Amino acid sequence: MLKIGNHEFSSRLLLGTGKYPDFEIQKAAVDVSGTEILTFSVRRMNIFEASQPNFLENLDISKYTLLPNTAGAKTAEEAVRIAKLAKASGLCDMIKVEVIGCQKTLLPDPIETLKASEQLLKEGFIVLPYTSDDVLLARRLEELGCHAIMPGASPIGSGQGIINPLNLSFIIEQANVPVIVDAGIGTPSDAAIAMEMGAAGVLLNTAVSGADDPVKMARAMRLAIEAGRLGFEAGRIPKKRYATASSPLEGMSIG
Amino acid sequence: MILTVNGDQVEVPNTVKTIAELLQHFELNNKVVIVEKNAEILEKEKHAETLISDKDKIELVHFVGGG
Repeated sequence: MLKIGNHEFSSRLLLGTGKYPDFEIQKAAVDVSGTEILTFSVRRMNIFEASQPNFLENLDISKYTLLPNTAGAKTAEEAVRIAKLAKASGLCDMIKVEVIGCQKTLLPDPIETLKASEQLLKEGFIVLPYTSDDVLLARRLEELGCHAIMPGASPIGSGQGIINPLNLSFIIEQANVPVIVDAGIGTPSDAAIAMEMGAAGVLLNTAVSGADDPVKMARAMRLAIEAGRLGFEAGRIPKKRYATASSPLEGMSIG
Repeated sequence: MILTVNGDQVEVPNTVKTIAELLQHFELNNKVVIVEKNAEILEKEKHAETLISDKDKIELVHFVGGG
């Protein structure tokens, strides 16, 4: 089970809801992914086009735990405001703290992320900060009381996979709260590697929504994350420099 | 009465007196809408009792797809 704050989940896939070709494909992808946690953003409504359907209306949101993000925030203050707006919906108590410090790389601002997380923890939120793969920052966020740490595998939407597996392994090893690899996942094998390394979960969006067949990719990610987790729990063999025969060397009928 | 709604000046009839009535006016009453009035976030339960007046700054936000 994946435990975050007072929530428990049997799926370890957290799925984003952005940029699907249409609502039907999105719904089907969400269904087959097996996810129990959906992320989304908070934005101004277009009051002049209020009749436009919203993605929430297309999904049975009672089946999911909602994880709003603070995307769009550049400062801790803005992130805290967005988090409070999300909570005022009465639909969620978790928040993905996302304070972007650079528009080109979309890498998180560590100082503002730390400040926002501290403030939101004081206000009683279940706080999941999106962070870089900085090992000490991850530790500081955990020491603040964050309920999970979400280091990026590589820049958001880049699909580059895990570009610093060493740092990620240090973050996973030191953590006493779930480490969820968030952002940069491109393929099922990326997700499986994260899980094999001992990540508690994977959060992804574009890898599914931007795939040629998002529904098929959603299923692939589900299976990859399950496989990776099982592999981690089973415990891999040590790597050796030379071969070790799997067949017995005794009782050969030749030579 | 003139309000600023999501940054735009909007005229609403004077019969609209509360946040709940404003949402009804915009046909948003059945949607998930979060309301901020003059930079104060309102819990949903407060919509019916919160009065609005001329020049109020209202923000109406909702959830959209994101990662």
